[in-house]
Amino acid sequence: MRFSHIGADFKVTARSYLRNPVALFFSLVFPIILIGLFGLIFSSVGSTATTLYVLNEDHNATGYSPVSQQFLSALNNTTIVHVTLVTDRSVTPSNFDTWLGQNDDPVGLVVPAGFQENYLHHVPVNLTLFTNPSDAASSGAAVGAVNGVANGFNLRAANGTPIILLGPTRNVGSQILTYIDFLIPGLIGFSILTSPMFSMVDITSSYRKEGIFRELSLTPLSRAEWLTSRILWYVLLTFVSAGIMIGAGVYLFRAHVGITLGLLPFLMVGPFLFVSLGMLAGSVAKTPESAALIGNIITFPMMFLSGTFFQVSSFPPGLQEFAHILPLYYVIDGMNQVMLFSNNGRALTDLVIVLAIAVVLFLLAVRLFKWRDE
Amino acid sequence: MAAIEVEGLVKRYGPLAAVDGIEFAVPSGSIFAFLGPNGAGKTTTTEILEGLRRRSAGTVRVLGLDPWTEGNALHRRIGVIPQDFRFFEKITAKEAIEYYRTLFHTEVDPGELLAKVELLDKIHARYDTLSGGQKQKLGLALALTNDPEICFLDEPTTGLDPHARRAIWAVIRGLQRDGKTVFLTTHYLEEAELLADRVAIIHHGKIIASGTPSEIIQAHGQEERISIEGPGALATVLHDRLGLSALYAEGRVEVALTDKRDVLRVLNAVEESGLPWQRFQTHQDTLEDVFVRLVGRMDEGALKSETPP
Repeated sequence: MRFSHIGADFKVTARSYLRNPVALFFSLVFPIILIGLFGLIFSSVGSTATTLYVLNEDHNATGYSPVSQQFLSALNNTTIVHVTLVTDRSVTPSNFDTWLGQNDDPVGLVVPAGFQENYLHHVPVNLTLFTNPSDAASSGAAVGAVNGVANGFNLRAANGTPIILLGPTRNVGSQILTYIDFLIPGLIGFSILTSPMFSMVDITSSYRKEGIFRELSLTPLSRAEWLTSRILWYVLLTFVSAGIMIGAGVYLFRAHVGITLGLLPFLMVGPFLFVSLGMLAGSVAKTPESAALIGNIITFPMMFLSGTFFQVSSFPPGLQEFAHILPLYYVIDGMNQVMLFSNNGRALTDLVIVLAIAVVLFLLAVRLFKWRDE
Repeated sequence: MAAIEVEGLVKRYGPLAAVDGIEFAVPSGSIFAFLGPNGAGKTTTTEILEGLRRRSAGTVRVLGLDPWTEGNALHRRIGVIPQDFRFFEKITAKEAIEYYRTLFHTEVDPGELLAKVELLDKIHARYDTLSGGQKQKLGLALALTNDPEICFLDEPTTGLDPHARRAIWAVIRGLQRDGKTVFLTTHYLEEAELLADRVAIIHHGKIIASGTPSEIIQAHGQEERISIEGPGALATVLHDRLGLSALYAEGRVEVALTDKRDVLRVLNAVEESGLPWQRFQTHQDTLEDVFVRLVGRMDEGALKSETPP
């Protein structure tokens, strides 16, 4: 590999791209439009039972208080939520939100110490509910269930005055406040996928048809150099579009995302993966038409099922498992971990998975891609 | 020394031999035209020489290299202009040459190179704004970036207007002046006759004629003829008085010449006969006449042999 070759091809690629308004629009303006649209029209999805993680602080040496246990079993009987007691001793009300953020289905309830005592003496007591705003369906279900059961308990108390109150709902994770926060990593992932996939599939097949690859094959430029230059270009483009999206999210929609260096590896490895995949898809196809078809078959499921617009945890079980075989899922999950939940450990696992897939696809693409048909 | 040497070259696609044991050599510094009807095996042969296709059998040496196994080394020393040159649409002529210059590690000046192909005025024009002839010239300029020893031009003037075609011809002659070998395929026999030092005609995968254009015309063409517009009686007069074979058809008398001086004798005889006559022309076969006749004869032969008795 010669850097001068990669540099020369990078220059040509960049110029071609910058002089093409349609391409620029789709990679830079389109994501902002998507952020706006989804931020405005978001609607809830899903209706399966939500797992409600409960931190029951109302206990003594012998166990949980009877009233809190009755309350939780009533909550479980609603079938709207599935109560799961958190028994991990290291979890406290102060780090509960972080703990929830590391789970796939982060809806949690804290039953405070003295819950039974207060209830029996008719002293108001606050429950704290943690929800994930990106997952409005689960959050709504949890709020409804807790409110309903609390009302029942309040009525059963002698004078019927409200005792158990649902305090202000809190959000999971240190930063998440709105759906936009969740949408930003998803949309960065969306553009990491679509921008290289669509144009690489198109370029790879049409350059071959037009004979441009044939001409390049007569120069000392190697296929690996050509592919590397494209990857570098899409990494640069991803940096710019991610910057624009984060900027638009923060300034237009008051998003709260963690902008950390941990994001950078994903912005590099993501395009690396999808440029290679696009070239691979374009090279196995015989005509531009079939290349577009193959590209769409690969791209569309990933576009919607990898956690771009909706949390994977809100999918029905079969679909969740399917999401886990999509490379983009790991890109987006990794970015969610570093931007929203500060969970670098899981992000690292995601990164290793993405990098491994990318290396395999790159090698396959260089091997299977031919400048021309023999 | 020959720049290109081909012996017993065969290229099979399944049972079909697209190139069927051909043999030719192109001397260094010459312009060689490779002719043939569509599907004759021209492009296949050219691509084998360029190292873009693998041969089935035979020996091929281009600048002493095997194009298939030593393609990378060869590509640094040859220039190829494809039939329909395409490039990145938004890239200017200058940028395209700079791109190739970096890839080939040469120091060529884009302006100088574009001047050589008469495209200097379009140095800052993007590829997609160029006309067909200008695109072809840019293709030529790019093929010259690495100062190649051999230029392969695959139908460089197909689809161009007469003016653009003449401009490309001038460039090709310039290449020869610069000491380069030119391997040219073309549909236009006139182009081959004008430019080429040597010509080979391929048909059904076999070379059916080769040599300089005049050698081919001499070997395969008809002798020089005179045609005179006039009555059939002229033919009898010429045959009886001069002993020449004269044929009458459609108001014209055609006389085959065996000697240049026959022209004068024919004219005298016609005048003395007192018969009316109008146009007087001498006619010699062009490469095109020979080509059409050769290819046509081969196809007739093929048809006859395929017809059961």
